[in-house]
Amino acid sequence: MGRVLAVIIWIITLLSVLLFVSGKWWFPEGISSHAPALDRQFLITILVVGISFTVAQIGLGWMVWKYRDTGAATDRAIYTHGSNRLEVLWTVITAVVFITLGVMGQSVWASLRLNEAPPGSYSVEVVAQQFQWNFHYAGADNKFGKTDPKLIDDGSLNFVGLDATDPNSADDSVTTALAIPVGRPVELRLRSKDVIHNFWVPQLRFKQDLVPGMEIKVHFTANKVGKYELACAELCGQLHFKMRSFMLVLPEQDIQVLQAMPQEQFQARMLELLNQYQLPTY
Amino acid sequence: MATMVTSTRPVIQKGAGGSPGMPGPNGNGSKRRDPFRGPDSKGNRYRIGMWVGLASIAMMFTSLSSAYIVRSGSAADWLPLRIPRVMFASTALILLSSVTLEVARRKLKRSFAEAYSRYLLLTGVLGLAFLGSQLVAWRQLAGQGIYLSTHPHSSFFYLLTGAHALHLAGGLLAIGFLYLRSRPKLDKPGLATTRQATADAVSIYWHFMDGLWIYLFLLLFLWR
Amino acid sequence: MSVEHHEGVHRHPAPTGFIRKYIFSVDHKVIGIQYIILALAAVLVGMIMSLLMRLNLSWPGTSWPILETLFPTGAPGGVMTPEFYLSLVTMHGTIMVFFVLTTAPQGGFGNYFLPIQIGAEDMAFPTLNMLSFWVTLVGFIVILLAIVVEGNQGIGEWFGTNLGPSFAGGSGTAGPIGGWTGYAPLSALGKIAGPGQGAGMNLWVISIAIFCIGSLLGALNFITTLLNMRTKGMSLMRMPLTCWAWFTTAVLALLSFPVLLGGGILLLLDRIANTSFFIPSGLYVSGLLSGSNPNFPLHTGGSPILWQHLFWFFGHPEVYIAILPGMGATSHILATFARKPVFGYRAMVFAIFAIGLLGFFVWGHHMFISGMSPYSAIAFSVLTLSIGVPSAVKTFNWLGTLWGARIRFTTAMLFAIGFVSLFVAGGITGLILGQSSLDLPMHDTYIVPAHFHLVMGVASIFGMFAALYFWFPKMFGRFMSESIGRIHFWITFIGVYTIFVPMHIMGIVGMPRRYSSFTEYRFLDSLHPLVVLVTVAAIVTIAVQILFYFNVFWSMFKGKKAGDNPWEATTLEWNTTSPPPHDNFAGVLPTVYHGPYEFAVPGAPKDYVMQTDVSSEVPSGNGHNGNKH
Repeated sequence: MGRVLAVIIWIITLLSVLLFVSGKWWFPEGISSHAPALDRQFLITILVVGISFTVAQIGLGWMVWKYRDTGAATDRAIYTHGSNRLEVLWTVITAVVFITLGVMGQSVWASLRLNEAPPGSYSVEVVAQQFQWNFHYAGADNKFGKTDPKLIDDGSLNFVGLDATDPNSADDSVTTALAIPVGRPVELRLRSKDVIHNFWVPQLRFKQDLVPGMEIKVHFTANKVGKYELACAELCGQLHFKMRSFMLVLPEQDIQVLQAMPQEQFQARMLELLNQYQLPTY
Repeated sequence: MATMVTSTRPVIQKGAGGSPGMPGPNGNGSKRRDPFRGPDSKGNRYRIGMWVGLASIAMMFTSLSSAYIVRSGSAADWLPLRIPRVMFASTALILLSSVTLEVARRKLKRSFAEAYSRYLLLTGVLGLAFLGSQLVAWRQLAGQGIYLSTHPHSSFFYLLTGAHALHLAGGLLAIGFLYLRSRPKLDKPGLATTRQATADAVSIYWHFMDGLWIYLFLLLFLWR
Repeated sequence: MSVEHHEGVHRHPAPTGFIRKYIFSVDHKVIGIQYIILALAAVLVGMIMSLLMRLNLSWPGTSWPILETLFPTGAPGGVMTPEFYLSLVTMHGTIMVFFVLTTAPQGGFGNYFLPIQIGAEDMAFPTLNMLSFWVTLVGFIVILLAIVVEGNQGIGEWFGTNLGPSFAGGSGTAGPIGGWTGYAPLSALGKIAGPGQGAGMNLWVISIAIFCIGSLLGALNFITTLLNMRTKGMSLMRMPLTCWAWFTTAVLALLSFPVLLGGGILLLLDRIANTSFFIPSGLYVSGLLSGSNPNFPLHTGGSPILWQHLFWFFGHPEVYIAILPGMGATSHILATFARKPVFGYRAMVFAIFAIGLLGFFVWGHHMFISGMSPYSAIAFSVLTLSIGVPSAVKTFNWLGTLWGARIRFTTAMLFAIGFVSLFVAGGITGLILGQSSLDLPMHDTYIVPAHFHLVMGVASIFGMFAALYFWFPKMFGRFMSESIGRIHFWITFIGVYTIFVPMHIMGIVGMPRRYSSFTEYRFLDSLHPLVVLVTVAAIVTIAVQILFYFNVFWSMFKGKKAGDNPWEATTLEWNTTSPPPHDNFAGVLPTVYHGPYEFAVPGAPKDYVMQTDVSSEVPSGNGHNGNKH
């Protein structure tokens, strides 16, 4: 029984490790400036995880194999209550490894979240609702028109409550897809109309909740042109699974051109671009 | 099926082992302290149980307090609340009731059963009066048009005083129970050992409710 | 040399009559069994729900006839609507976490065995004990009611008409939608936020509030009993590790459930009394602006993050409440069938404390990207990784217990070994999820349920299986079938790994949680084979639990008879009859002379020395000083 158990544990361990290293399923290609550092940290972590997992399972299997009761009546187990020295040793080693990993795991977070978007960032207001994304662009003047919840009217397509009387909103556009420039820091100002949503593009390695009643500012830089799927990653109701949109990462010129367009042209151009760019092959 | 869950067979005492002439139960010449002497008293059981229970009540009011503090700073809609004047009377009533209960408890300790009973009754009456004063306070606020949902400060006022009143009502039931047991005709023999412990436990609870009231009073009216 | 013993005080005579003996019993043993039966019923409901969820994910659009009969609105034509799926997610989580993992380990086995293992006649407050079970059962009935009120049109409408509009149900779902975490404002807004947000959600909150009270009453009892009623010689450091685990779990419950209760009351008030604890200003929901319409009254200034803080301050200790008893049982059972003392008893006690204590300071790791301060995220993250240290220490000590052992592979032992394997597998991925940076891609993906199912949903359950196979002979005087038990173990062990290891991969690829369907996103297309594999494994694993249920109930009546100490174990429960008499020790409380795991003592006549054995071979003092012998 002990030998069978050991073998089964080892087979499970082997298959699990193979599943991970097979490479058949993994993160999609990272396109953000922090993705390399994040992927590196993930790799280091998964190595620690994998090694600890494997060693522990091998150890467990070995114990149950070697120390199974072979039935010799006078043969007793080793009488020991433990070893203080061992306790100290493995506590210290584990603490050092885990806490080092923990401290290392803060650096990408700190670089993204402890500071504001650098000056010159491209800003977009994101307003989420059940079950659609709304992106509010500042237009050529780089100033966002005022918005007010009281002015929201889904029926007349004023999803973000744009105040038409504010001169700054004249050149603003609101669409359901995100377009950002490549290689330039992007600042997202995240809001929600109703419940908590979460902005997520897997290739960005980046998530943030959109909380009603708060405006949350986050920033990142995307380094590869293309079209990427955008998903909601916080349960927001029955169509949570369908709250899908796209993020277009465009060359800087295209963004400038787009930015100068008025609302209707902007939307038409977005549709063209969404058709033009293809999703990555998976 | 009866023997499935509890057995009626006699228990054979195990453990009559060890070699003859062996030393005491601690093994050979141990310098360690005496073995654990055994179960604690039933009286202590009630007291410990009460402190443990109060820890959980304290945690609940702590969580509501932290919600209060967070909410008071989370938006611009926080409005001050004028203290209904009757709340001062409430405070006096509950403080007094703690005094009378403590007197009652000490009377019992010195076996003055009659006095114990009387002071219990007094405590009960004061407790009822406190609850009454709470109702008056709520009525007064409602009279000004301030209800549970009017603004966050009032929401917490009703919630915290309501939760406190509910727990106090429970304490009042306990005082009533003690009072009934203190009447000679209704007393059961064999309860003597636990009577003091029960009285102690209820006192701890009541004093806690008193202290909690003071704390809530300060929280509601001194914190913003 | 006679054995020292002392008279127990007859607290209450044995009850007579069926009702007092088996229904409204104050006997901790009966109450323990009642909790276990409640958990067995709840886990059945939870498993059926997860099965339905898996079927929907693997073969979307399929018509399941039984659904059409039971939930015509939620699954028209037998095909699950997204809201129906999400209600299953919510109820599965709620029922499993509360009514399975917070009942059987503590209220079930803890209730039954804590008093006996410390040499007491019953719990400190037997009537309160009975009350805590019945309160918990009422909570369960209320949560089942939530399914019925939302699922059935007629009943749902009745509720709305008679209890007020916020209690209107009948949306067709199998209960509320919100996940077991019930984040506000989705959970606070009521019907305008979508289906499942009416009566079902109210009843969900009420059920949880009732459960909190039941749990608190139980925690009070456990702590008082352990502090007050240990028999002569049973010092704290001679207690079995199961008792340490139950004690720490009770302290965690005592301090964390009240916070959930507080939060739940605030949520309920937001829902039915128009307060704004969690609902901010300026909301626009389902085409209505806050305050513009009687269907959507005015709310201002509330904080959705406040709910998360309150919930997770409870929620994190809760997961340790779910696993600690299993850890205690594993230590206990490993030692017993390894025929060796627990390696590092003292370290194990400290590790239990450390896990319990640190468990109160890490709740923010559920909220890294919630919008809370990024600085606190850093603090929570580092603290979270440090909680891995005591868990690792426990694992090393379990391995140390097996080293040099003479292992007897009973079914209980198999499950205990399985616990160690699964706890390592599940716990180790905490290193990934605990880092704030890595949470950026991993939050709300399938790696989260992969992690917590392995630790909570599997390791913890293995602890319960081990405990049941181990203690069944004591509880019922009969063994469970070992051969059926073995089949149960092998298939479940292999099955759960097959279910949950692929989920890690799904999370890495990016599969989000709480999606009723994955067909909308191209980046998820490649995962379909894994999804089906997981479902097939789940079907097999759930099916084999039928064998387990059969084993439990058949063995109660027809199992092989068991004596007082069939496993040759050392702790106090094996000193008394199987099952024990009403007052556990027939009026004569035992005296304890040494620690709980004196196996393989050199020179002792047998390879085990019971705690009540007066024996000179056991080294001086309590029998374990943590030094090498």
